[in-house]
Amino acid sequence: MNQHWNILVVDDEEIMRESMAAWLREDGYTVDAVVSGRKAIEKAVAINYAIYFIDLKMPGGIDGIETMMEIRKLHPEASVIIITAYATVDTAITAMKEGAQEYIVKPCNPEEISLLVSRIIKVKNLQRENVILRKKLSRQYSFHDIISKNPKMHDIFKLIQEISSLKSTVLIQGESGTGKELIARAIHFSGDRAGRTFIPVSCAALAETLLESELFGHEKGSFTGASAQKKGKFEMANGGTIFLDEIGDISSKLQMDLLRVLQERKFYRVGGTQELEVDVRVIAATHRDLLQAVQEGRFRDDLYYRLNVITIHLPSLRDRREDIPLLARHFIERLSHELSRTVADISEGGLKLLMDYDWPGNVRELENALERAIVTCRSSILSEEDFQFLGKPKNGKKEWSVPGNVTLDELEKQVIAATIERTHGNIKEAAAILGIDRSTLYDRIKRYSIPR
Amino acid sequence: MPSIAIVPMGAVEDDVLAAIELGIGETFGFEIRRLPPKGVPEFAFDEERRQYSSEMILRWLLKEVRGDTVKLLGVSPVDMFIPMLSFVFGQAQLHGKVATLALARLRQEFYGLEPNPGVFLHRAVTEAIHELGHTLGLTHCPERSCPMSLATNLQQLDRKTSGLCTSCSILVRETVRSLHGSGN
Repeated sequence: MNQHWNILVVDDEEIMRESMAAWLREDGYTVDAVVSGRKAIEKAVAINYAIYFIDLKMPGGIDGIETMMEIRKLHPEASVIIITAYATVDTAITAMKEGAQEYIVKPCNPEEISLLVSRIIKVKNLQRENVILRKKLSRQYSFHDIISKNPKMHDIFKLIQEISSLKSTVLIQGESGTGKELIARAIHFSGDRAGRTFIPVSCAALAETLLESELFGHEKGSFTGASAQKKGKFEMANGGTIFLDEIGDISSKLQMDLLRVLQERKFYRVGGTQELEVDVRVIAATHRDLLQAVQEGRFRDDLYYRLNVITIHLPSLRDRREDIPLLARHFIERLSHELSRTVADISEGGLKLLMDYDWPGNVRELENALERAIVTCRSSILSEEDFQFLGKPKNGKKEWSVPGNVTLDELEKQVIAATIERTHGNIKEAAAILGIDRSTLYDRIKRYSIPR
Repeated sequence: MPSIAIVPMGAVEDDVLAAIELGIGETFGFEIRRLPPKGVPEFAFDEERRQYSSEMILRWLLKEVRGDTVKLLGVSPVDMFIPMLSFVFGQAQLHGKVATLALARLRQEFYGLEPNPGVFLHRAVTEAIHELGHTLGLTHCPERSCPMSLATNLQQLDRKTSGLCTSCSILVRETVRSLHGSGN
């Protein structure tokens, strides 16, 4: 299947150029031949060649190395073979340093060239196959632009399909950057309301009065600057879905207003006297622990129960590390295209670094990190060096040190208490992590008076 | 009647030419004509490399194509090269009219071995089929026993049989049919 690969031969000598091109064509490659570096660059702009054979010494402005450097700017993944009649160590080093895959002295043995070309093409075939397989895999693991092979995420996808056509309010809880809005959109676009509007509102971004007007609209003259009547997001979302992000951050006054909308689907514009009725599905999200906020009196319990009809807990990225390679490659493909870069993949070392990192900012932080790496990367493959800005991995790599002057019982108490806290009081999960059965765990909790 | 012509360029044994004619006649189904012999192509001799430029011989052969000759094969006892490579066993224009066959490196004696006329004849026939196959548009075949597979050393040369593999045979049959049809 060599005809799928294009090769460019660049040499100012006609016989050399044409005979080399003819010899490669006999192997089934699609071969072009040009007379100068300048012509080669023009060709490379239009066609993505798999291999470039470039003569080192060419008259007329740019030599082989300069031609190669220009071509590698256009196609960092291209394989360049520099050809020379006289080998010198200096030029060979320069050629290899500037990215030549091989440096060959002519005339060379046909077997050598044949092996070299087939070795390069073999790698390129594997890379191409890899991209195709990855695309297939990514389709298999993607649900409305959310990519995951994590079982918890797959349970969420299933739940979304079950609830998408209901009108019930949904509360999405998860750390910042876990993709709460993507989940909200997936719910909206999987259900009966898919053809209607989806209105996202970030409750944390606006001051209380502005948010009130943003949500419910206002009448002309209702406050300074209200020069005309304005529809609020609830009206705009009529028939569709409103997504209230960072609901945990709203004031108690707004909590009350929202409670009314959720109960009756009715509200007044700011400064208005006419009651408006809407058919809106509400999806709310927060990175805060709303139940704790209720217990501390910062969030209305009646609103909490209204919101908490169907709850989705999104796992953090460090709890779904298996998704990091899938997500990284998905972002590389998308961002490389958006940023007009030719980064095609990430090295094993680079992936390992991403897998070891803690990602406090979750998927959003991963996306930003990849964007930064793609912008600054000088080759077609991202490597560890491109992620230096992340610093050293933080997870699980810390040396375990035993505290001094502590009894075994005290140590056991601390480990159990920490595990219960981490599982949010889930005894079954905590017992599984600790490797003991539940009755033993209950026994220890009682013995050490550990709060649950 | 469309035919494939062979032109000896320098001293080539008659039995070698006869074996090549038989092999290519059976493979491609054309009438084979032997043109009057020419001398060694001295115009293509490269003083520095002490070899003959296959590309220059091809260009010369192109001017020798006459009338209903569909393909012309120049057979020479010399050692040929293209600038990029240290040697070639032959060269052809893909989908073109002309091809060369360089016999020097097909002989055992070239490598300091005892002469073996049988092995030499077999190599000459398979390489003649190989180069003419290129002129009919065939590219290298992954089947190692097919004459159209790429040979860059003796081991690869001697693994070839003189019969094309099934897929190359089908491709040749279709091309030859269209050549007969067009009256070329």
